[in-house]
Amino acid sequence: MNKTSDIGELQAIAKRVRRHIVTMIAAAKSGHPGGSLSAVETLVTLYFDVMRHDPANPTWPERDRFILSKGHAAPVLYGVFAEAGYTPADSLNTLRSIGSIYQGHPDRRFIPALEASTGSLGVGLSLGLGMAEAARLDKSTTRVYVLLGDGEIQEGQIWEAAMYGAFHKVDNIVAIVDYNKIQLDGFVKDIMELEPLADKWRASGWNTIEVDGHDFAALQKAFADAAAFKGKPTVLIAHTIKGKGVSFMENNPKFHGVAPTKDELEKALQEIGA
Amino acid sequence: MSVKEKFELKLGAATREAFGKALVELGKGDSNVVVCDADLSKSTFTHLFAKEFPERFFSCGIAEANMVSIGAGLASSGKIAFVASFSAFVLNKGFEQLRVNVAYPQVPLKVVGTHSGISIGEDGPSQMSVEDLSLASSLAGFTVISPADEVATFALVKEAAYFDGPVFIRAGRIKVPLVYGPEQKFEIGKAITLLEGKDLTFISTGLMVAECIRAAAILEEEGISAGVIDIHTIKPIDRDAIANAAASTGCIVVAEEHFTDCGLGVKVAQVVCETNPCVMEFHGMGNYYAESGTPEEVLTKYKMTGADVAVTARKALARKK
Repeated sequence: MNKTSDIGELQAIAKRVRRHIVTMIAAAKSGHPGGSLSAVETLVTLYFDVMRHDPANPTWPERDRFILSKGHAAPVLYGVFAEAGYTPADSLNTLRSIGSIYQGHPDRRFIPALEASTGSLGVGLSLGLGMAEAARLDKSTTRVYVLLGDGEIQEGQIWEAAMYGAFHKVDNIVAIVDYNKIQLDGFVKDIMELEPLADKWRASGWNTIEVDGHDFAALQKAFADAAAFKGKPTVLIAHTIKGKGVSFMENNPKFHGVAPTKDELEKALQEIGA
Repeated sequence: MSVKEKFELKLGAATREAFGKALVELGKGDSNVVVCDADLSKSTFTHLFAKEFPERFFSCGIAEANMVSIGAGLASSGKIAFVASFSAFVLNKGFEQLRVNVAYPQVPLKVVGTHSGISIGEDGPSQMSVEDLSLASSLAGFTVISPADEVATFALVKEAAYFDGPVFIRAGRIKVPLVYGPEQKFEIGKAITLLEGKDLTFISTGLMVAECIRAAAILEEEGISAGVIDIHTIKPIDRDAIANAAASTGCIVVAEEHFTDCGLGVKVAQVVCETNPCVMEFHGMGNYYAESGTPEEVLTKYKMTGADVAVTARKALARKK
């Protein structure tokens, strides 16, 4: 795969990933389009620009690590993996089928290049901290990136991890909150409000950066700032739109976990464009 | 030689202390060994490791769930990682993390639960882990170890460190009698026959192994020949040892400091049913929690002594006839 910082190229990759997402979920007739579409720019920026990794050598010890803690957004990770060359693109539509490597939630037994099997919310940040600690012990330059859902951080373990990261000054980890403001049962503000979210992370001792999670230039700068910041872990609060890129899915709680119909898929692909 | 002559049962160290000492030895030999603890290091004895190797000791605070996941992250990055707490806390508060971050992806984390069973005494039931063997065994791919004394603990912790897969080790708070001599060899998954018997076989684990030896000594004076097998590896269980005992004595009494509903006994029974069905009795904790008291008082009140086990054995023998 070719890495790039060129925003036009990143946008083109993002478009292909969005097409993968809606197509594979429509084929599976189930899955989570909303929270996959909201995280596209974050994952594309990480895998095609920011992270040091090599699809030809997935066990390279010095690689950066990515954990999709919000495991239900597996389709965005699968789309990125296919585009990066980790896994085949032509079988993405086997998502959620028996025997498929594209399991309902990311599963290392089927895709060894995954850093973690996820799906149960709230545990990924701690796992990432363990990996970050191992890297520091080895004096490795490895950095760890963990994508959290906004609803996910209602889990108490996230805040145990937040305390740990700050206290131990784990500055080679970046948590990204995909703050799309919608969870399964509805809007976050109606289920269990997180605000003032940035204040909570700052008070927990994290270098806190708010960023437009669909703006490649802003994401690039935020990740660079995070890498330059020493002595504290960094959290990116990525303000995003659930269902981004497909008008009838945007900000629509229904598409947290419902697949598009055949007609809806056609309309979605038209909107995303080729 | 009589049972009493064969086993002096001199008081040894607590298994938690042997665990702490084994960690230090492991740490000296291998810079890859790391340890996490959740504000109980003085009780779990991981403080010995923390003192020697502060840079490889991760203080996680009172946050067991986070600790288990961090341990999983360390272990999946190639570290020989141990996480330790009281058994009741690391398993109950960390169970979800043990399931999704350790068992499911088969991360070779080593989990040590100290203060198991009711023998912790004064602290009472909130800290008494009487379901830990069941919880740990329900994690697919886990190996579950429950050593009888300090010799077994020291050896098995070192074995576990380099064992390819996740491991849970059960340790206790109080000093327990020495069952083994210093030269004893241990192999994960291989039970140890401490006494051969003709009339019945005690199958046990942890501190109840010594009590079974005491029970065998009591029965010997009554002319009854009882064998004793130490199942130090609860999972995978040594099927051959159990099948052979069932065939040779036709009578098995399982004794454990654990709920009998879901502990060693039911695992032994499964093997016995599948191989050589015979009379069985189950000695341990019934469907209740214990209470505070000195360890001796608690163990006595809840019938965890050799004399109590002998009573269960006579019941089994009566059914055998």
